[in-house]
Amino acid sequence: MDWLQSLGRTGLILFERLGRGHLFLLRVFGGMSDTVLRPSLLIAQMYSIGVLSFTIIAISGLNVGMVLGLQMYNTLVDFGAEDSLGQVVALSLVRELGPVVAALLFAGRAGSALTAEIGLMKATEQLSGMEMMAVDPIKRVVAPRFLAGMLSMPLLAAIFSAVGILGGFFVGVGLLGVDSGAFWSQMQANVDLREDIVNGVIKSFVFGFVATWIAVYEGYDTVPTTEGVSRSTTRTVVHSAFAILALDFVLTALMFGGI
Amino acid sequence: MINRRSIEVAVGLFIAAGLAALFMLAMKVSNISAFTEGNGYQLSARFENIGGLKVRSPVTMGGVRIGRVAAIEFDQNAYQAVVTLKISPQYDRIPKDSSASIYTSGLLGEQYVGLEPGADDAYMRDQDSISLTQSALVMERLISKFLFNQTVKENGGS
Amino acid sequence: MTASDRPEPLVKIRDLHFRFGARVIFDGADIDIQRGKITTIMGPSGTGKTTLLRMIGGQLRPDSGSVLVDGLEVPKLKTDELFALRKHMGMMFQTGALFTGLTIFENVAYPLREHTKLPEAMIRDLVLIKLQAVGLRGARNLMPAELSGGMARRVALARAVALDPMMIMYDEPFTGQDPITVGVIMQLIRHLNESLGITSIIVSHDVTEVSAISDYIYMISEGKVVDHGPPAELKQSRSDWVQQFLQALPDGPVPFQYPAPDYRADLLGDGG
Repeated sequence: MDWLQSLGRTGLILFERLGRGHLFLLRVFGGMSDTVLRPSLLIAQMYSIGVLSFTIIAISGLNVGMVLGLQMYNTLVDFGAEDSLGQVVALSLVRELGPVVAALLFAGRAGSALTAEIGLMKATEQLSGMEMMAVDPIKRVVAPRFLAGMLSMPLLAAIFSAVGILGGFFVGVGLLGVDSGAFWSQMQANVDLREDIVNGVIKSFVFGFVATWIAVYEGYDTVPTTEGVSRSTTRTVVHSAFAILALDFVLTALMFGGI
Repeated sequence: MINRRSIEVAVGLFIAAGLAALFMLAMKVSNISAFTEGNGYQLSARFENIGGLKVRSPVTMGGVRIGRVAAIEFDQNAYQAVVTLKISPQYDRIPKDSSASIYTSGLLGEQYVGLEPGADDAYMRDQDSISLTQSALVMERLISKFLFNQTVKENGGS
Repeated sequence: MTASDRPEPLVKIRDLHFRFGARVIFDGADIDIQRGKITTIMGPSGTGKTTLLRMIGGQLRPDSGSVLVDGLEVPKLKTDELFALRKHMGMMFQTGALFTGLTIFENVAYPLREHTKLPEAMIRDLVLIKLQAVGLRGARNLMPAELSGGMARRVALARAVALDPMMIMYDEPFTGQDPITVGVIMQLIRHLNESLGITSIIVSHDVTEVSAISDYIYMISEGKVVDHGPPAELKQSRSDWVQQFLQALPDGPVPFQYPAPDYRADLLGDGG
C-alpha cells in the first residue's frame, strides 16, 4: 500500500500547488492596476526581462534560421522545389519555432532570473520587510515583473522569427543561390497574416504568460533558503519547458486543426 | 547600476525592435493582401470537380496572381462545387464571358484557378458568376478515359 | 505586579496558541508590551520569537488567542486596516532586509516615497536626518552589498524609523556582530527609545546586552512564558530554567544530551 499512499500524497501536493498558483495569479491580477499607474516600475522590469534577453534570442534566431535554410534546401533541392525555401523557413519559424524556441530560451534566461531574484528577496526577508512597511510585494514586486514578461515575450518571439527568416535568406539566397524573388514571393504567397502570423503571436503571448507566471510563482513561493531558491529556479525552467511544449500542442491543434 | 535614462532608452529600442520584427512579419513575410483583398470583389464559379483546390489558393490571369479562393462549397442540388473567388479591386476589367479552369502548377505543385479572358465588352462585377468552367484534371479519370479510348479503337479495328 | 496600576499596554497578547504543522510554537502565552518601554522577548533558538513579531505585525495569524496592538485586534483586521496599522510599526530584520537593488539613500527613502507625497527636497532632508542619526549619512550612495552586517542593520534601523512609528520591533539585533557594533546598536536602540519615546520590542537571546538595555524581559520556552519581570528581578528568578539560560549553564533543565537510550546499553548493543 506504500505506493498508493505516496501516489495520494503526490496528488495532494500537486493539487495544492495548482490551487495556490491560481490563487496567486488572482492576487497578481488584482495588483496589476498599480503597475499600470506607475510605468517606471514596468520600464525597469522590461529592461531586465526583455532587453537582457534580446541578445540570446537574436543570436539563437539567426542560427536556427540559418540551419533551417541549409537543411530545408538540401531536402527541397531533390524535388527541384528549392524555390519554396522561403515559404518553408518562414512557416516553420512563424508557426512553431519562433514562439516555442523563443519561449524556451525566455524561460531559461528571464524566467530563471525572475525566480532567483524574487526567491532571494524572500530569503533575505526583503519581501517580508516590504510587507511590514505596509507595501504589498505582489503589487510592487510581482505584478510589474509579470506584466513585463507578458509584454516582452511576443516581441522576443517576433524578433526571433524575423531574424531567423533573415538567417534563412542569407543561407538560401546568399550562399546556396536560391532566387531572391522566388524566396520572398513564395513566402508571401503562402504565409497568411491572420492564420500564421497572428496565431504565432497569440502562441507566444500565451507562452509568455505561462512562463512568467511559473517564474514569479516559484520565486514567491520558494522555501526561503539558499537551497530552496536553487530548487525553485530549476523547477521554473523544467516546468516552463513542459508547460510550453504541452500548450504548443494544444494551441496548434486548436489553431491549425488536423485533429 | 545603469542610470534610469539609459534603461528607458534601451527599453524603447527593444520595443521598437520587437514592433519592427512584427511589422516585417506582417508586411514582408505574410500575404498582407489577405486584408487589402478584403475590399476586392467576389465572383463565383461552378465546377464538376475541383481536384485539390483549397481555400486561399491563388487565382491567376495570364499567370499573374489577381486574387485568391475565398470559399469552397458544395451545391447538393446541382452536385457541383461552388468556388468563391476574391479578386483584387484593381483588376476590374475581366470580360463577362471569361472562363475559369483549375490547373496544377508543375507536376506535384499546388492547384490554382486560371481565368481565360473572353471577348465581351461588359466586365464582371461583384457577385457575378463565371459560367464557362473547366474542372480539374483528375489523374485516375484521365487514365481510365485513355484506356477506354484504346479499347474502343481495338474493338472497332477488328 | 497587578495589571491595574499600569497604563494600558501598547501590545496585549492573551492566550496565544500557534502551531507550525505538528510543532507547537505557542501554547497559551500572555505578553504585555508597555508603551515607551524597551521590552525583550528572550528564549532559546526555535522558540518562535520571530514568529511572535510576525503575529504582532499581522504577517501570521495565531490559531487562537488575541493579539491587540493599540486597541486593534490584529488577526481580525482587513488588509487595508492592517496596512494602515503597519505604517505605525517599524521592524528591523535580522539580516537588515535592505533592498539590494537600491542605494542606501533610496532604501531609507522607500517608505517615504511609498506612503507620502512629500516633495523631493523634503524627502532628501528627512532621509539625511535619519541617516545622520545612525551615523551613516556619508554612506548614502553605497549599495547594500557594500556594507558590513552591522552597517546594514543601522540602515535598516534608519528605514524602520523613516515614518516615525509608534513602535519598533528588533529581530535579533545583536546576533553575529562584533562588540563595537553591538555597542553602537545598543546605544541606538536606547537613544531612539528615550528621545522619540518609541516603544521597542526586542527579540534576542544575548543575555548581557538585553539585560543592560531592557526595561522588562519575558522568558519564553516551549510555547509558554516561563518568567517575566525587570532584568534585576529576573536574575533572582526561582525558575531553574531561567537560571540556566541567564548563566549559560551547559546542563540543567535543558539537558546537554539529546534524548537517547542509555549510553552503556547503546555502546554494548548491536545498534538500532
